[in-house]
Amino acid sequence: MPSKKDAAAARTTTGAAAPARLAVRKTYKLFIGGAFPRSESGRTYVVADSKGQFVANAAQASRKDARDAVLAARAAFGKWSGATAYNKGQVIYRVAEMLEGRRGEFAALEVPESELDEAIDRLVWYAGWTDKIAQVAGGANPVAGPYFNISSPEPSGVVAVVAPSSPALLGLVSVIAPVIATGNTVIVISDAPRVAITLAEVLATSDVPGGVVNILTGSAAEMGPWLASHSDVNGLDLTGVADAKLALELEQAAAETLKRVRRPAAVDWSADPGLAPMTAYLETKTVWHPKGL
Amino acid sequence: MSRFEYAPAPESRSIVKLQPSYGLFINGEFTDGAGSFKTISPASEEVLAEVAEASSADVDRAVQAARRAYEDVWGPMPGRERAKYLFRIARIIAERSRELAVLESLNNGKPIKESRDVDVPLSAAHFFYYAGWADKLPYAGFGADPRPLGVAGQVIPWNFPLLMLAWKIAPALAAGNTVVLKPAETTPLSALLFAEICQQAELPPGVVNIVTGAGETGAALVNHPDVDKVAFTGSTEVGRIIARAVAGTKKKVTLELGGKAANIVFDDAAIDQAVEGIVNGIFFNQGHVCCAGSRLLVQESVADQLLESLKRRMATLRVGDPLDKNTDIGAINSAEQLSRIKALAEIGASEGAERWSPACELPERGFWFAPTIFTGVSQAHRIAREEIFGPVLSVLTFRTPAEAVEKANNTPYGLSAGIWSEKGSRILAIADQLRAGVVWANTFNKFDPTSPFGGYKESGYGREGGRHGLEAYLAQ
Repeated sequence: MPSKKDAAAARTTTGAAAPARLAVRKTYKLFIGGAFPRSESGRTYVVADSKGQFVANAAQASRKDARDAVLAARAAFGKWSGATAYNKGQVIYRVAEMLEGRRGEFAALEVPESELDEAIDRLVWYAGWTDKIAQVAGGANPVAGPYFNISSPEPSGVVAVVAPSSPALLGLVSVIAPVIATGNTVIVISDAPRVAITLAEVLATSDVPGGVVNILTGSAAEMGPWLASHSDVNGLDLTGVADAKLALELEQAAAETLKRVRRPAAVDWSADPGLAPMTAYLETKTVWHPKGL
Repeated sequence: MSRFEYAPAPESRSIVKLQPSYGLFINGEFTDGAGSFKTISPASEEVLAEVAEASSADVDRAVQAARRAYEDVWGPMPGRERAKYLFRIARIIAERSRELAVLESLNNGKPIKESRDVDVPLSAAHFFYYAGWADKLPYAGFGADPRPLGVAGQVIPWNFPLLMLAWKIAPALAAGNTVVLKPAETTPLSALLFAEICQQAELPPGVVNIVTGAGETGAALVNHPDVDKVAFTGSTEVGRIIARAVAGTKKKVTLELGGKAANIVFDDAAIDQAVEGIVNGIFFNQGHVCCAGSRLLVQESVADQLLESLKRRMATLRVGDPLDKNTDIGAINSAEQLSRIKALAEIGASEGAERWSPACELPERGFWFAPTIFTGVSQAHRIAREEIFGPVLSVLTFRTPAEAVEKANNTPYGLSAGIWSEKGSRILAIADQLRAGVVWANTFNKFDPTSPFGGYKESGYGREGGRHGLEAYLAQ
């Protein structure tokens, strides 16, 4: 269903007569530290709709934007990882509420109804995991001695993610939600700028603290190597990378700092994701203490 | 006050029957390798035996044997049958524990009281623990029908030769994988005795293969295309190389790498207990421990008192013959490691830290290093940043809990940490904030088969031990 905006855009590019009312277009910028900056590089790239019509000049993020996003994600990590599991669950549930309320915007971006449903339900699913994963992934260990011994999962830290190109919304939600539900902060590279930045607007109005999710629109081949080799990034999710050569280069770059890496995989995005997307960026901390009178 | 002197109390070597030469253990039999090398006792530099060096062709033979055993025997075998083999192995380790302990101390240089009371019993316990998992895998939380990965290539270090073998082989076999394991170049003998134990247990040929050699043998194993799983314990430097080498493959990897653990002593700690914990933390196994408490962070107000007690305690440590039952600190494992410890200690002194060791007589032959502490260490000093892997402690001070956490976490490593305080709420709050995989509060260097072990950040990834340790060997 083409929106008024799209129709207006189409007219502008085809040089037709001026409309009675000119639509106000959205500027698609980046999402870093809870703000919407333009790329520091000043670059944009043309985004077309499925019919090939111009719809936007999206910000094309650079290496320096990626660096800024790492700073923002690291700054947000302490507070987000320290938030109670109950609080994190509430925040992610709030994202689902906001997404439900903005269905129309995603429909206008040609996101199919069923994908929207799945994306919202996936957020609800992960909202419920925040205060359960520690019980499923951790627990008491019956050591052979007078010791209290307990293992608990903790977030790895800052995780860089290359979002799959398709399905744009469900793929994006499915790579962000498990990472933040477990207390990590995330930097996402997306090549679907309109869906990604509209989701950023959902996140920005959902009590997600600034810097917990940072979205860079542009090229994974350009920004990926900088994030993969960045010393303050702890994890790298390559699930969405279609180019095997790029994935190999990024995994090799990540080896230098021993990042936790998820390799590209054929994913059925509408299937039950299982625990792996969450446990991939969880560390196990085991605490010992003697027992005695 | 006069002290009683200790009389020598050496454990007899006669229980160990060393052979002049050892082959590679492939497909259930000892076979010749392409080359050979000598293995020594680091306490005397005496040659103990000649050991085969596996070439890449030998490694290939071992991987093929492991593949066949996986497909024909071990993979299809019901879990409860696999379990019984592992229980058998656990029992035989216990039965031959004295022999294993003496051999371990001979080849590694560690004190017999540690190999006898820690390495060997924990190795047997590890097999006993994972044996019980073999027929209960669907209950482990990794899916309803967890599958083995196939052939595991495992490379282990020289600091706990038998125990690291147990950490690697027991969960791999319990999960239904077969293994090719490469022991460290300087400490192959207990792994070769373990091969004999596999024969005694009538483990089907090819399920466990042991290939001895140096770095090249390890690289051939890690890079072998028919290996499904790589498990490595060792230096962060080699860990990076392995992570890079397996990029783009389907191999699953777990890495247990270096550490620079902070051992934090608060002003309300029980000082005498803390001193024992500090000594255990850094001088256990000559400090050849990846999770050693090598950075002591002590609250400024109790630093003088603590250091005085620590020095008094260090003066009672007995350095010498690993086979003497009174020995606290044995031999440094190799000439190479000794020169690395010496070099870093020199750097510590030249960068301005103050060096202290108790008066202690070191044997003339073999590789020895006196227990050493450095005070006045800053966070920028190399001895506060780099893993020394020897009996050398760097002492730093702090004033507030926040400063302690900041300093403790100021390292690319994240393997372990220690907290000493009598205040429960403080211990739990600090434990929450430390970025380390194992936190010992009012204790240190405790290990158990049920307790997951492994690091954050550049200390590697994956866990060994406990339910968590199964994940490394199962396909989800």
